[in-house]
Amino acid sequence: MLTKRIIACLDVRGGRVVKGIQFVDIVDAGDPAELAHRHARAGADEIVLLDITATHEGRGTLLDTVKRTAEKLFVPFTVGGGIRSAEDAAAVFDAGADKVSINSSAIARPELIGEIGSSFGAQAVIVAIDARRGPGGVSDAEVYVSGGRKATGLRVVEWAREAEQRGAGEILLTSMDTDGMRNGFDCELTRAVSEAVQIPVIASGGAGSAAHFAEVFLSGKADAALAASIFHFGVTDSRALKAEVSAAGVAMRLPC
Amino acid sequence: MIAVIDYKAGNLTSVVKALRFLGADDVVVTQSAEEVLRADKIVLPGVGHFQSTQLLEDLGLTQATREGVAKGTPFLGICVGLQWLYEGSTEAPDTKGLGHFSGQCERFPAVFEGAELKSPHVGWNSLEEVRGDSRLLQGVGPGSFVYYTHSWRAPVSADTAAATLYGGAFTGAVERGNVMGVQFHPEKSAETGLKVLKNFLEL
Repeated sequence: MLTKRIIACLDVRGGRVVKGIQFVDIVDAGDPAELAHRHARAGADEIVLLDITATHEGRGTLLDTVKRTAEKLFVPFTVGGGIRSAEDAAAVFDAGADKVSINSSAIARPELIGEIGSSFGAQAVIVAIDARRGPGGVSDAEVYVSGGRKATGLRVVEWAREAEQRGAGEILLTSMDTDGMRNGFDCELTRAVSEAVQIPVIASGGAGSAAHFAEVFLSGKADAALAASIFHFGVTDSRALKAEVSAAGVAMRLPC
Repeated sequence: MIAVIDYKAGNLTSVVKALRFLGADDVVVTQSAEEVLRADKIVLPGVGHFQSTQLLEDLGLTQATREGVAKGTPFLGICVGLQWLYEGSTEAPDTKGLGHFSGQCERFPAVFEGAELKSPHVGWNSLEEVRGDSRLLQGVGPGSFVYYTHSWRAPVSADTAAATLYGGAFTGAVERGNVMGVQFHPEKSAETGLKVLKNFLEL
């Protein structure tokens, strides 16, 4: 049976893992390669490394960090941040990533989705969407770029559909309203996107407990869920988390 | 020498990295038919479109593989590399597969048993009905999880070494003699995947 995925996310700045609260406050949480391996050993189904400063400071992705992290990592490994062209993506794949996550650059030039997909396959392209609900709630949730700093005027569901049509392999949906708050995912928004597209949707933002994961899989219809802060500082590990989510009736990869 | 065939379909880094991690020090990424013929083992990775396997025919690699396999060289196809071992795929009807195994690869149905089926099939799914005599899957028990990402799949037949369930059963691993294939990505399937690659290296 196909299981739901728990994805450990490492937000990286200046070669160190950090975690923001609602995209702003930053706390140091360690070395990316070391944390990635620790998460994989502890049962994370995938690892995502996001260079959170790359876009607005105009830096390239930290290829060395990617290379070092990928060296002995034998679970799927996604890298995002600062990928603006098919060449940028190629360099990240060459360093050992299996998938790239593109966000601002896909909005600026949607053709990029297909360009990367045609060389590396659709499965290698994740379109990340940072979303914030509007006054009307989920139906007018809007897409933000540049680390949540800039509104685009695009509706989340519409952009997700377009990304799929242009050849995205997966959607990584982050709710800026719930991110870092540990009060649970935005299940309603996740479900709206998941029902609008055929490709897998990864829910992100707001994980605080195993119950939150079970909720976003069962009622949010997410195919995978991303967690960052919940794993750092020894809050819990994937194995313990997955055992609890599994007990709530969600298929998980266990033992792992 | 292990020849990893490069036919410009996706990223070979992970496969090569995993083989080297397991101690294979003579891994060559190649497009040369000569090298494939000389190889002690042949690996055909690949993600992406079935049509990209046309390059194998164009470069003489299909013929080299046929000859290599005929003289007993162990062969492992991964993902599209497995699909290529069959007669063909509806993804690219004009491109022929090796035809070593009978049957056509087909797309996952949009609807299965009355429910909408998401495609591609992405994530960790379990291996079922693992054949006891499979050399590739030795030590891999039924229920072991492996990582998949694909939209086309090979049918279950007598050569199927393990099946996986998604929109019905499909071939997760195939094996007959020295010719083997896996639809999942062993290089991304943690301990189980490394075990499969190790089994192949030890043939």
